Amino acid sequence: MIEIFVHSVFQDNLALTFFLGICTFLAVSKRVDTALGLGLAMIVVQTLTVPINHLIFQGLLIEGAWAWAGLPEADLSFLKLMSFIGVIAAVVQILEMVLDRFVPALARSLGIYLPLITVNCAILGGSLFMVERRYSLPESLVWGLGSGTGWALAILTFAAIRERLRYADAPEGLRGLGLAFITTGLIAMAFGGFALVELP
Amino acid sequence: MSNPRLRTLTAPLIDENPITLQILGICSALAVTTSLATALTMSLALIAVLAGSSTAISLIRHHLPASIRLVVQITIIASLVIVADQFLRAFAFEMSQRLSIFVGLIVTNCVVLGRAESFALRNPVGASLLDAIGNGLGYSLILMLVALIREPLGSGSLFGWQVLPLASEGGWFQPLGFMLLAPSAFVLIGLLIWIIRSLRPEQVEADDYPILSSDSGEAGR
Repeated sequence: MIEIFVHSVFQDNLALTFFLGICTFLAVSKRVDTALGLGLAMIVVQTLTVPINHLIFQGLLIEGAWAWAGLPEADLSFLKLMSFIGVIAAVVQILEMVLDRFVPALARSLGIYLPLITVNCAILGGSLFMVERRYSLPESLVWGLGSGTGWALAILTFAAIRERLRYADAPEGLRGLGLAFITTGLIAMAFGGFALVELP
Repeated sequence: MSNPRLRTLTAPLIDENPITLQILGICSALAVTTSLATALTMSLALIAVLAGSSTAISLIRHHLPASIRLVVQITIIASLVIVADQFLRAFAFEMSQRLSIFVGLIVTNCVVLGRAESFALRNPVGASLLDAIGNGLGYSLILMLVALIREPLGSGSLFGWQVLPLASEGGWFQPLGFMLLAPSAFVLIGLLIWIIRSLRPEQVEADDYPILSSDSGEAGR
């Protein structure tokens, strides 16, 4: 369990190792406070959607899931893309309404980031990895939490560096996007260093 | 072929490249560039999905209420991606295993939805198809370029053929393991952007905090 968590935060970091959610990563990292908001929203949504998608996949889509209804050969796993996207959109929508009802302050600060997350490949990728690696329900909960945390950590680090980068005297062609990519590469290398850490 | 149509097709190659200028679709792009074969498969899958979705969305653009257009677009894209995924599974199973989850992730690839939103919704079918193919090719171009650097330097091969004899098998080439790791892709794309922007200076971003020369210092801007 701890191993899955640590791996998903550092070694299998969704943003830096699998390039997931990089569009949002580059677009919403110009300031640390917005990056923090997006990171938090990401952790919450990822921790909710991965276990829910696990239940849906195991209960409705996997081969043999409909055996109780007399359809032992029905294999609906090709529908996983569509149903995962539906679940993600629904969870984001419900989360938005629940937050608005009970914690309006948090809803206001996270509000604009939640819709962005619906189309973030890191969320869908997290669920797809959960299927591919055959995680159990508790494992998928830990994986969701860990991968969300890893993504948040990456964008926070990157935003903090990027705030400083604006003052740098970079070559013209490298300014902005080019430098952002190279910085991300350097952060990815640093995170790669954690891969060598042995767990007790 | 009239000129503006040709322009629709060729502009996304370098001048308006979806990856290096529009920052779209990087998510699923970089992970497949460790070898040319996976990059090529991914590119073909993306072009097919993009062409299909742009055509379909352009066809129904007059009947699509604005309030539900995103849902409809995502449904169309997801169906096409499922078809592409199943097709790969049926005819190139080994390749689909190597691409892992990344074919599925075309659904959330911002290029597809981005072109549907910004082009196919407002333009006739022919132009939308050309725009889709152009953007698909622009995306593929970057993918193939990155793979063309990473595969030979990382494992000494091209399309799986050993072109540089490896030191471990009696040759002279010591592969650069770094090229197979994720950070190299980020750095390579950064350098590619630098090259493109040096050739096309109009793409350079404005400096947020320009360095003032000493004589204009107190005058400010």
